Amino acid sequence: MNILILGAGQVGSSMAAALAKENNDITVVDTDARRLSELREKIDLRTVHGFASHPRVLTQAGADDADMVVAVTSSDEVNMIACEVAATLFNTPTRIARVRQSDYLRRPELFTPQRLAIDVLISPEALVCKYVQRLIEYPGSLQVLEFAGGRAQLVGMRALSGGALVGHQLKELPDHLPAGVEARVVAIFRDGQPLAPDGDTVIEQDDDVFFLSDKRNLRAVMAELRRAEKPAKRIMLAGGGNIGKALAMALEKTYYVKLIERSRERVRQVAEELETAIVLAGDCADEDLLIEENIDQTDVYCAMTNDDEANILSAMLAKRLGARRTISLINRPAYADLVESGAIDIAVSPQQITLSAMLSHVRQGNMAQVHTLRRGAAEAIEAIAVGERGSSPLVGRRIDEVALPPGAIIGGLVRGERFLQAHHDTVIERDDHVIVFVTNRRHVRAVEMLFRARPTAI
Amino acid sequence: MSQRTRAILRAVGGVQTAVSAITLPSLLIGISDGTWVAFAEGGLLMFATGLALMILGSGAKSELRLRDGFLVTALAWFTSSFTAACPLILGPPHLSITDGVFEAVSGLTTTGATVIIGLENLPKSVQFYRQIMQFFGGMGIVVLAVAILPTLRIGATQLTKGETTGPVKDTKLTPRIAETAKALWMIYVGLMVACMMSYWLAGMSFLDAVDHAMSTVATGGFSTSDASFARFDSVLIELVAVLFMFLGSVSFALHFVAWRRGSLSAYMRDAEFRSFLVIWLGSVVVVTLGLWLYGGYGSPEFSLRHALFQVTSNITTTGYTVTDFSAWPAFLPAFMMLIAMIGACAGSTTGGLKVIRVLIVAKLSAREVMRVIHPRGEFVVKLDRRAIPDSVLEAVAGFVAVFFFCFVSMSLLVMASGEDLVTSFAAIASSMANLGPSLGKGAATMLPLNDFATWVCTFAMIVGRLEVFTVLVLLTPAFWRE
Repeated sequence: MNILILGAGQVGSSMAAALAKENNDITVVDTDARRLSELREKIDLRTVHGFASHPRVLTQAGADDADMVVAVTSSDEVNMIACEVAATLFNTPTRIARVRQSDYLRRPELFTPQRLAIDVLISPEALVCKYVQRLIEYPGSLQVLEFAGGRAQLVGMRALSGGALVGHQLKELPDHLPAGVEARVVAIFRDGQPLAPDGDTVIEQDDDVFFLSDKRNLRAVMAELRRAEKPAKRIMLAGGGNIGKALAMALEKTYYVKLIERSRERVRQVAEELETAIVLAGDCADEDLLIEENIDQTDVYCAMTNDDEANILSAMLAKRLGARRTISLINRPAYADLVESGAIDIAVSPQQITLSAMLSHVRQGNMAQVHTLRRGAAEAIEAIAVGERGSSPLVGRRIDEVALPPGAIIGGLVRGERFLQAHHDTVIERDDHVIVFVTNRRHVRAVEMLFRARPTAI
Repeated sequence: MSQRTRAILRAVGGVQTAVSAITLPSLLIGISDGTWVAFAEGGLLMFATGLALMILGSGAKSELRLRDGFLVTALAWFTSSFTAACPLILGPPHLSITDGVFEAVSGLTTTGATVIIGLENLPKSVQFYRQIMQFFGGMGIVVLAVAILPTLRIGATQLTKGETTGPVKDTKLTPRIAETAKALWMIYVGLMVACMMSYWLAGMSFLDAVDHAMSTVATGGFSTSDASFARFDSVLIELVAVLFMFLGSVSFALHFVAWRRGSLSAYMRDAEFRSFLVIWLGSVVVVTLGLWLYGGYGSPEFSLRHALFQVTSNITTTGYTVTDFSAWPAFLPAFMMLIAMIGACAGSTTGGLKVIRVLIVAKLSAREVMRVIHPRGEFVVKLDRRAIPDSVLEAVAGFVAVFFFCFVSMSLLVMASGEDLVTSFAAIASSMANLGPSLGKGAATMLPLNDFATWVCTFAMIVGRLEVFTVLVLLTPAFWRE
């Protein structure tokens, strides 16, 4: 695919890197020449220096042949106008824009294809906010992903002693669960290495287990893997930037929320917008402040500043001072590997989340959703089964007949409004949404091919 | 004479001239029984004073400044209420100057306290005059003058600031202040007419209905008999009175918005209105329970009936009575004075501190508590999800402090003149809140109080009506310094 990326900031650069690795032709446009040359040295792509929404610059960047424009400059307005320009002057088929300002996002009628010509709206703040919110909702989870509009959820969590299934074989799972509750373990990572789970696999302590289940049964299944924890009540957020503020707004109705922000002016702004949350002025690395505000009684501590190092350190401090669970925003994958599940509990990467949201539009086949897991090592894909009975590798076949690449596993189906757990004899029908878990990125392409309309014709 | 003085005199004269119109209806009514002479003399005096001031101030070119607005408003209130006393002094009931001025000020400030015994024996024209003073004082004589006199439109924003009630006085409902004043008066007159029709349908005589409608919507409290509303002894009439006292005590800006949009949702979206509703209903429940449980007051229904009427009358600072609440058991008499001090919504015809100020002070106190618990916390005082600017917070805190300072010092003055503790405190509380009835010696009328105390109460009523600062700034040297 020929993709034009406008803006070489954090998200733009990491998208360019990820998409270039997947055999796409990438052109990056930015006004910062130095950043462009750095990018050119590291990644095989073309760069154009200039203002992203100017038609001349877009022409120079090859907008005429582009299959997709991804506008991720730091300005909402430039992103919106660039999409409009691409649609009007260059007929670019797919236009993705990042829009942060919630005032715009509140009026979806602005973003219809006729109006601002934006096909997909990406709001990193809203995505990260939602992501962290789900983590808080399920104590003990490492990652919670939604499929089929929230009907099915994929949960990753670390098995701990005390969980009913720990030390037992996977095939015993149905006997443990209450009647009518089903779940399917789609992957187990032991010491960072994926195992291919089958009925005889024994779950050990400290395994990272991913399972797919109906949203309503989630808690019952989670209790199998570690002693049931009481739901979170007290939450402390560090950083009152866009993400921190949005998160506080979303959480303050259900939890006791405290938010720490360093800048005095920002503190005032945030305090004016929040209703019940308590806004504190201070440094999130200030031990005295954390102790004074009862960090030891806090159920979840989230470090949400835009500084990786500050986030990590303050989350580590909070953990040492007694916070039950710590979540930290970390953009650099290397840092996340260092600290996750050790010094802090969960590392959340805004870049990865934004990237995931964009991936489904870049991929071949009928992708409804793509989620990257474990910092891009694995993927969970929701795709639509197409084609005719007989000719399609999916439609009309039982799940155990589908020729999946190694390390890929079908976790479940969504048929119409219903979520179906995958059994070996379930038959896939046309237009089913199939949820596939791929433990190794290399095989993603093979999975994509299964969902293409007419694989034999290519 | 300086240009500024001329402008001030002209504005005061304008208000004064407009106010003289209130004698006209009584003049007509008085033709049949010969009482018209006093109104003709009084009216002429008021008109002449106004005209003289306007002539003195003619040729003024400069506009009024903000601080002049306060001076004009305060002066207009003093001259208008003093001259409005003339018909009561010259004709029946032939009051002394002290009592006449007290009665006129009590009328125009919608207080409703009286020094006359035997109201039902007064000529119809005098009865009507007392009621119409309340009606015009309710919405404000300056606002009225701004609405009808084109010459006053220059600098009118400054003028109405001194008279509008509530902490935020800059909210214009329409782009032009004169249009706003007109809209307010239209709503006010509309409510009065609706109230009059309701009273009439509920069984009052036509003249009684007109008389009482004027003092109900103005939340004034003058009645045409000593027995006040006990004379009618009708549940239906009491309910009508409760409804319209309540409507008169809601911000007229809210009435305006609701009327423009044709929906009632504007009311419930207003934090002050919601709090007022809670305080009002809570007080009714407390008083009903109090009357019923302390006993000796009859059935629960009877307690509820009296509690509903009397609480509404007091909290809206109207001051109608169906019973002598100063004789109620235990804490109830003091409680009834307290809710009058709180008062109702800003921008209405009521007196007292106003619910919004009480609400803001309560939130300020809560913020101090939170600051003790979270020393590093940033807490914003909000109303309707919007932050209140610090300047308003300070103004409100200052207002409440000054209000109580005035209350205490004037009470001490009354005590110094020889009145007892309860009488003094209650008389000043009642005057400053523009309530009317009070406790102790002055429970029913202020007549038993000595002349000095009466003058202090007269001053307290104007201070209360103009919300303290308008009068207080005139007493500071800084105001007069050029």
